Amino acid sequence: RFFYTCKQAHQMLSEGMDRQLSVAERAQLKLHLSMCRSCSNFSGQMRLLREAMKKMSKDGGAE
Amino acid sequence: MTALPELHRQLDEMRPALLRFALLQLRNHTHAEDVVQETLLAVLEKPDNFSGKSSLRTYVIGILKFKIIDLLRLSGREIQLTDSEDSEQSEADLIDSLFRADGHTHQDANAWGSPHGTLEQKDFFRTLEICLEKLPAQTGRVFMMREWLELSTEEICKELDITTSNLWVLLYRARLRLRECLDLNWFGNLAK
Repeated sequence: RFFYTCKQAHQMLSEGMDRQLSVAERAQLKLHLSMCRSCSNFSGQMRLLREAMKKMSKDGGAE
Repeated sequence: MTALPELHRQLDEMRPALLRFALLQLRNHTHAEDVVQETLLAVLEKPDNFSGKSSLRTYVIGILKFKIIDLLRLSGREIQLTDSEDSEQSEADLIDSLFRADGHTHQDANAWGSPHGTLEQKDFFRTLEICLEKLPAQTGRVFMMREWLELSTEEICKELDITTSNLWVLLYRARLRLRECLDLNWFGNLAK
């Protein structure tokens, strides 16, 4: 199917943090995120989680 | 270089946090105590190695991460963790509970705002640690290997003898659980 559901978009957002998504996967994800504010927010949440873990990994979090 | 008594004091202060991080990764008190002890000894045996280019905390956490990776490689399969079938089921149930039958979410995700302000707050990281502690053992270990020890997916699969698709599922579940936990215990509280 051409359009991702939110469930598929969530999974692809997570997998995209651990592997290189294909051009088709990236295009479908981008299309879904452009139309779905909830998944777009979820994408922002995943980014914040990764940044928080990076900071925790470096110095244990906020001093 | 930091004077030795001062270094002792700073390391003493750091110890509880180091133990929490080791425990989040290893899920075993004895192993966690051991790696923290080895880390502190390594710093105290060669205090001149700390050049002061980074903060002492960053330097010590860097050593702790190497010690944990060494332990994981050394004892690899021996200290492997498995989650119970109940836990497996509850993980699948969690994902199902978030989506309707047509694959769309029951509830819209909230915007968490700019990371900058959040990541400056000590309480946020304490909440994140609590959420990490709540993860099922195997899920938590895999997530910490990926995001805290910053190992590649290939390295994790090799260490734990799991397939990449299995790893992606575990990481996806971990992120969903952490998102739910932070949304409820941090971002939800801020909205009140």
